[in-house]
Amino acid sequence: MGDFDYKIIINNLPFLWDGLLLSLKLFFIALVGGIFFGTLLALARLSSWRILSYTSAGFVNLIRSIPFIMAIFWFYFLTPMLVGKITGQQGEAVGPFTSAIVAFIMVESAYYSEIIRAGIQSVPRGQPWAAYALGMNYWQAMGHIVLPQAFRNMLPIMLTQAIILFQDTSLVYVVGLKDFLGAASKAGQISGRIVELYIFVAIVFLIICFGASRLVKYLQARMDAGRV
Amino acid sequence: MEWKFFLEQAPSGGMTYLGWLGSGVMWTLLVSICAWVIAFSLGSVLGILRTTPLKWLNRGATIYVEIFRNIPLLVQMFLWYFVMPELLPTSMGDWLKQTYPNLITLPFAQFSLWEFTAAVMCLGLYTASRVAEQVRSGIQSLPKGQTNAGLAMGFTLPQVYKFVILPMAYRLIIPPMTSEFLTIFKNSSTALTIGVLELTAQARQINEYTFQTFPAFTAATLIYVVITLTVVFAMRLLEKKVAVPGFVSQGGH
Repeated sequence: MGDFDYKIIINNLPFLWDGLLLSLKLFFIALVGGIFFGTLLALARLSSWRILSYTSAGFVNLIRSIPFIMAIFWFYFLTPMLVGKITGQQGEAVGPFTSAIVAFIMVESAYYSEIIRAGIQSVPRGQPWAAYALGMNYWQAMGHIVLPQAFRNMLPIMLTQAIILFQDTSLVYVVGLKDFLGAASKAGQISGRIVELYIFVAIVFLIICFGASRLVKYLQARMDAGRV
Repeated sequence: MEWKFFLEQAPSGGMTYLGWLGSGVMWTLLVSICAWVIAFSLGSVLGILRTTPLKWLNRGATIYVEIFRNIPLLVQMFLWYFVMPELLPTSMGDWLKQTYPNLITLPFAQFSLWEFTAAVMCLGLYTASRVAEQVRSGIQSLPKGQTNAGLAMGFTLPQVYKFVILPMAYRLIIPPMTSEFLTIFKNSSTALTIGVLELTAQARQINEYTFQTFPAFTAATLIYVVITLTVVFAMRLLEKKVAVPGFVSQGGH
């Protein structure tokens, strides 16, 4: 450890910062997209319309039983093909970032749908019935009565999943993106000092994720106190 | 889809492409099972320590869990594989990089013992932190009266753990432990980044050599799904078999 070279990290800070920004961008898009489509998947899963609930269950269970990296590879090859089909132009250039976003939204929506489904089921059945009795339709009952309570109940678990998602953004390394880890890896290869850079990446992730998990714990304690 | 190419001779390893897939499955399972042995035993010890009144050991276990849980798995993989040999004294680092990989030649593998060991250690120690949390919450979900009753009967605390708490707690956590094993099984694909040719890596390699994207990835995906379903089914049987009458487990999945 004696020859730990701090200068390498300082010299590469702008490059690493760009990588961290890419990770954060991917994180926020996947989080918003994952929760949005995850909610739709959960509603479909709980629907009384069989085809809808079986399709949703099939998609969610398929995604959840393959490795994240496998899903990233699938969409890395599928997205350009699908975009080509839709726009009618063959060989349309779709960068690895776009395909990574599609993969992350798909995978996260599967994981979030399971959390949100449990959240919806935690709301007493009388709530939607009361809403229907007041003359609300399905979307009004869900949007104004059930989902707000479901999200409130599930907030700590959804935030914990968000921390896992942030850590999983590092997996885009496998398609050659320069996220935080990818940038550090590249800088390490050029300078020949991977030790310093990988340790730096580990410490930054540890600080962010540990801090975030403390916040979730604090939030959970306050919510539990509010329930008494 | 054209599937026949799977029976053609692959460029290396003296196998067909189907053989590549087969060796991928074998290495995925070997990495997962070896890592699971570490994760289960270390995770159990850490989880139990976190419920005991031993203050310093308890705190040490908490620090372990927080560190391993809050660094991405892929970063940990690189720390073991690239960084650890550099931090050791030079002679040990050289031994690890030069002598150790050649101790045993791995069958059907185009990677060395060192890649395999780094992957197993990384996955095992990472998952131990998650197993520890499951063990801890399993123990803490038991009524406090069980411990007190055990102590009142004249058992020492280790005896209470051995005869009262752990036999109950381990039955309760079968469903979350099944998920943890499946997590290790899926996470073993991250080993491809350090050169372990497990199932996902083989699918990618087959795609690179044959351009048969759909068959290669479909085959690997099906294998993952089938193994997952088998594990879930087997663990449900086990759960039924060891269930304590009158004690309903929380389920899962």
